[in-house]
Amino acid sequence: MNGERPLTRDMKPDGEPLSLQEYERAGGYRAVRQALRMAPEAITRLVSDSGLRGRGGAGFPTGQKWSFVPLGAEAPHPKYLAANADEMEPGTFKDRWLLEGNPHQLLEGMMIAACAIEADVAYVFLRGEYTLAARRVERAIAEAYQAGYLGRHPFGADRGLELYLHVSAGRYMCGEETGLLNALEGKRANPRAKPPYPQVSGLFGKPTIVQNVETLACLPHIITHGAAWFHGLSRGVDAGSKLYGASGKVKRPGLWELPMGTPLGELLEEHAGGLRDGLKLRGLLPGGASTDFLTERHLDVAMDFTHVEKAGSRLGTGTIIVLDDRTCPVGMVWNLEEFFAQESCGWCTPCWSGLRWAERLLDGLERGQGSEADLDRLEWIVKFCAPGNTFCALAPGAVEPLGSALKYFREDFMAHIRERRCPWS
Amino acid sequence: MLAEQERREIEAELERYPRRDAASIDALRIVQRHRGWISDDSLREIAEFLQMSPDDLDSVATFYNLIYRRPVGRHVILLCNSVSCWIMGYAQLRQELHRRLGIGFGETTADGRFTLLPIVCLGACDHAPALMIDQDLHRDLSPDALDRVLEGYR
Repeated sequence: MNGERPLTRDMKPDGEPLSLQEYERAGGYRAVRQALRMAPEAITRLVSDSGLRGRGGAGFPTGQKWSFVPLGAEAPHPKYLAANADEMEPGTFKDRWLLEGNPHQLLEGMMIAACAIEADVAYVFLRGEYTLAARRVERAIAEAYQAGYLGRHPFGADRGLELYLHVSAGRYMCGEETGLLNALEGKRANPRAKPPYPQVSGLFGKPTIVQNVETLACLPHIITHGAAWFHGLSRGVDAGSKLYGASGKVKRPGLWELPMGTPLGELLEEHAGGLRDGLKLRGLLPGGASTDFLTERHLDVAMDFTHVEKAGSRLGTGTIIVLDDRTCPVGMVWNLEEFFAQESCGWCTPCWSGLRWAERLLDGLERGQGSEADLDRLEWIVKFCAPGNTFCALAPGAVEPLGSALKYFREDFMAHIRERRCPWS
Repeated sequence: MLAEQERREIEAELERYPRRDAASIDALRIVQRHRGWISDDSLREIAEFLQMSPDDLDSVATFYNLIYRRPVGRHVILLCNSVSCWIMGYAQLRQELHRRLGIGFGETTADGRFTLLPIVCLGACDHAPALMIDQDLHRDLSPDALDRVLEGYR
């Protein structure tokens, strides 16, 4: 662990974005020139060796994802790259930092990914509510075109790269890989059945890679400093630094770039300042709304993909949501399931039917109209929405906080049934 | 008929995609920016321009929550109701907005000044509770701070 913060080191204290000149003065756009001199396979191998795993929530190895894209003279073109900047996972606000603070870093990461898969067209898929990020990314794209870093012969290269900003019009489903592709095609953001995988047949039926903003922002640094350096950033088994965040009733909610594998307790106590005075920790979601609750006994868990999974949850987006003892756990889970039920696209039955049913049951429990049989029904819905029963990860993710809440906060659910009211209201 | 300006803006988007209908969401956003919302007439005009059926376009327009298929006020308030804001005082903020504006979610004030809508997580969780008015994010809100915030929108 070398304590470096490559993703946020060059950002300005006032939060203003780096201009192209400022980004270059800090060493920017050197890595892409280096990547242009490498064979695509060599870039993919380097990224595989670095151990980079996707920062959007699923943690899929980035190099492995790229390796399925057909290369060379026989490959179909145009090939596409999409930066997933549709940050809408409740409790997650990390990509906003990168988009607003250093948009050129994202663009350079996209250029490098485009080299690796020989992409011709790239889109930044940005959620509509990120209006400041939209202005800054748009400006950075214009600067990059003006400098000749995008367009027909970027940096004098043979292969061109067009890069556009697409501002979305809402819906959580747009952040799902294949939902995003449908949204970019101007359709409803329903998921697609896989196979075919997007790497082979994605946007407009052409090979496509969809990659989270933070993942892409890592790429210039991996190209510049190498795989071993990237491993050295981490304290855990997974490589790199990581953007972590905390929200809820902690003393200092915020965002920090820290070594991957920073223990949960250190994140909560040292960085977020612990809970506000007079409050006690009941539990937390380690990586956004669609991750299982962890509790006090998990505070020594290293916040990397491998260890959080061993603890029964997922690293997800790495932004923790803290539940204190003055907030009702049943109410919190109701709020989460209300979100997921609303955002279900309606494509498959376990999701549209199961999640709304769960939300109705939780609403009843919260109002003091629940019974023990409702808890059995909720347990059944958790199984009904398990991976494999649905087209995409929305419903399986949605029931992670529900299933774990039934396990860790059983007594609180029972109190609602016994007292026929919410004890917190 | 789409106005000249609307057509020009949509045409610029068309260059970014291999198919006309792929620009449907961009086109809806553009027309909404000029007209405030998407009426049935607007929908038909856009559909014709993109060579889509109006029904196809409506299935897209009704899917995305930032496309308004009903008239809205001069300013749209998007109140975050997701988990971090819920923990940090969303309910009080909502109650106060209902009281001050005299409207519920999905409604517009009688003077046409504000429409109030719920929105999913705005990605401002470390400064919860939060809301947006038009293009602006307002953070670290309390019911008392609402007067000052609303005053900026006439």
